[in-house]
Amino acid sequence: MTSLTDIPNGSAPPGFWRRMVRSSNGVVGLIIVLGLIFCAAFADLLAPYNPARMGTGGRFLPPGGKFLLGTDEFGRDMLSRILYGSRLTLLIGAVAVGISLTAGMLVGMVAAFRRGWVETLLMRSTDVLFSFTETLIALSFVAVLGPSLQNAVIAVGVAAVPFYARTCYSAALVETSKPYFEASIAAGAAPGRLVFLHLLPNVLPTMIVVATLGVSTAILAAAGLSFLGLGAQPPTSEWGYMLAGSRDYINRAPWLMTIPGLAIAITVLGFNLLGDGLRTSLDPVERR
Amino acid sequence: MSALLAVRDLSVTLRSGGEARMLAQDVSFDVARGQILSIVGESGSGKSMTAKALMGLLPPNATVSGEAWFRGANLLAKGSAPCRGTGIGLIFQEPMTALTPVLTIGTQLTEAMVVLGLADPAEARRRAIAMLDRVGIPAPDRRMRQYPHELSGGMRQRVMIAMMMLLEPEILIADEPTTALDVTVQAQILDLLRDIVRDTRIGLILITHDMGVVAETAQDVLVMKAGRTIEAGPVARIFTAPSAPYTRALLDAVPRLDRPGSSAGMVAGAAAGKTLLSAGHVSKTFHARAGLFASGLATRALDDVSLDIRQGETLALVGESGSGKSTLGRVITRLTDADHGAVTLGEENLLTLRGKSLRAARRKIQMIFQDPYASLDPRQRIGTSIAEPIAIHTTLSRAERQDRVGGLLARVGLTPEMAARYPHEFSGGQRQRIAIARALAAGPVLIVADEPTSALDVSIQAQILDLLADLKREEGLTMLFISHDLAVVRQIADRVAVMRQGRILELGPTEAVWTAARHPYTRALIDAAPVPDPTRPRGVRRPVSGDFAIGALREAALGHWVAT
Repeated sequence: MTSLTDIPNGSAPPGFWRRMVRSSNGVVGLIIVLGLIFCAAFADLLAPYNPARMGTGGRFLPPGGKFLLGTDEFGRDMLSRILYGSRLTLLIGAVAVGISLTAGMLVGMVAAFRRGWVETLLMRSTDVLFSFTETLIALSFVAVLGPSLQNAVIAVGVAAVPFYARTCYSAALVETSKPYFEASIAAGAAPGRLVFLHLLPNVLPTMIVVATLGVSTAILAAAGLSFLGLGAQPPTSEWGYMLAGSRDYINRAPWLMTIPGLAIAITVLGFNLLGDGLRTSLDPVERR
Repeated sequence: MSALLAVRDLSVTLRSGGEARMLAQDVSFDVARGQILSIVGESGSGKSMTAKALMGLLPPNATVSGEAWFRGANLLAKGSAPCRGTGIGLIFQEPMTALTPVLTIGTQLTEAMVVLGLADPAEARRRAIAMLDRVGIPAPDRRMRQYPHELSGGMRQRVMIAMMMLLEPEILIADEPTTALDVTVQAQILDLLRDIVRDTRIGLILITHDMGVVAETAQDVLVMKAGRTIEAGPVARIFTAPSAPYTRALLDAVPRLDRPGSSAGMVAGAAAGKTLLSAGHVSKTFHARAGLFASGLATRALDDVSLDIRQGETLALVGESGSGKSTLGRVITRLTDADHGAVTLGEENLLTLRGKSLRAARRKIQMIFQDPYASLDPRQRIGTSIAEPIAIHTTLSRAERQDRVGGLLARVGLTPEMAARYPHEFSGGQRQRIAIARALAAGPVLIVADEPTSALDVSIQAQILDLLADLKREEGLTMLFISHDLAVVRQIADRVAVMRQGRILELGPTEAVWTAARHPYTRALIDAAPVPDPTRPRGVRRPVSGDFAIGALREAALGHWVAT
């Protein structure tokens, strides 16, 4: 009966990197994000001037010449400020998403795993928080903690927790009802093993994609708070704060507004594209 | 008699990611008026692709060649309008997803007639009601106002057939029309299709993997494998004197309802075994939550069920969907909590255990699931999955665990080197072997197998059943085997319990139940099952309906219990 024996269904699917490279979105996103990380890491070497030094060559110099991106109202070099600003931007994105991802996954996985009254309590509280816009929650947080970049990041992170909790909860709910999870329960696995060896690895890919997309939301939200004067304080070179400061000179020196705006836009685009690419390459192809 | 549809050298090529695969190759056949042609094959044989090519429903990356002559035109020629609906009708496997859930039955039935200009709305409605009546749907004018979810699976499939027949096609293609249905409903749908072909003289192409269905309905058979035609001919010859080795192998692999199984000889020995596990007065009711305050519908999944499983036997739980057979399996494995009752293993009542003592007791009962694609953690190497019960319940070192895993893999017919691979690198049958290895890993005293072969092709099913029979013979494995497939059960089980609506109606040695079923429901169930033997008279199966005795079990013969 050789003709009827089990035949494995083809070779292994192409690896993660091959699929990542195939999605052109992901590649563009990856290049942008890597470029951003490069700028942040080597800001000391790349920046032609100290970003806080005033009056290096004159105020409101247009882009070009000695100052590639011009100078601002105090004569600070815009290029240097943008480069140093990328450090803050990345830090803001990472910390804020770190807060919301950790707290959200904890809430979501506990709710899906424990069920019963724990689930009801956690998920209904999440629903209540969901009914306020994230900006409102962040604003009230900063109002309590006081305006500073650090508090703005915490506020942005906390405000997004309900979203991450919901997403993680639904992903975890799907996994806990699958036979492989029940097989582990039937094998006598303790809760720790079930959560860390089965649940976590299977919801993590989904959450990584969500988090990558979330970085851009967090950067935008933090920039928004800085723009309102509730985040970064002078003389920090934070992009949102730079944007806010340029408002008064919009006619005289439009590049003061355009350049940080573009920097934020490109960064957000980069993380969005990367998240898109990750989604296609992490999507499980295990099933037929 | 000239052919209605003449297909010549039909080939389908699918292009994806730079590589081209032939899904069907040089398939030729004729369909005449009043003829039922069955295309048989396992998954990947190209049987569905052939039908889709005729309907013009192929995916955009597929190319088709060959000819299909119907009403003087070549369906496969470039630019030819597809003959969907009025020329050729198609019935799908899944009647739930084939009907639009948001429209009433009436709207869906009349829509096509009106759009195609076959009838005005009032006439269409009249015809639709008449057709619903024709396909055996009671109170058809009331059904017209209902939505698909309000009907049972069998009813929905009847509606699908009515919808196709209203357009008066000359050819009907039915793609696995009864695979998703219970056996008694399957029998009724096959009867209906046969009647329609006889009365309207249309041609029917029946695509199926089930040799029993073929034998019950078809006049001619086309056997396909990997896109090629293996053999074609009248049904009697294919079954009695198949010329291709593949056809013979396929027929041999089909479990036979009308013949005793291989394990039947061991009944006497097994029957003497002492009771291993005993379920007493187990009840379970599921409450569907209707809303925040309203209490929803209650479903009695298990209604005072008592059952003993003896050391070394295979006890089968048989029933249609909703009979409570899976719930009983899940109560015994403690994946679902029962409302009342006890499950005793040795001295222990499993249902009262909690926390650590429950986890320790779980070692003794392991489970094999239906879906081999979802029963292994996709992000763990299979060696890790198999070793999990060992890691939980023993203090063996990593190397010792690996040794055990290698031994288990060899035991289920795989090689120890495969332990490092991930589940997606295996076929369905291989995954089910891996799941069996995992179930065996901690040395359980009982294995609960919930439809372990119903997601597999028939040849793979035969291999898995052989493996389970081996394990039972050589290692004295005790098994609770849950299945809807009576033929499989007859082959593998020592004793059978027939369940319906949460109650056991009949319980006894497999051969006694088969040859001398005492409960009318059991007899109806056996009558309804298709038998792969075309010489048996067709259409003599009685539909299962009405009320059955569901009282307490009474011993009618030695070890043979029947509900009164």
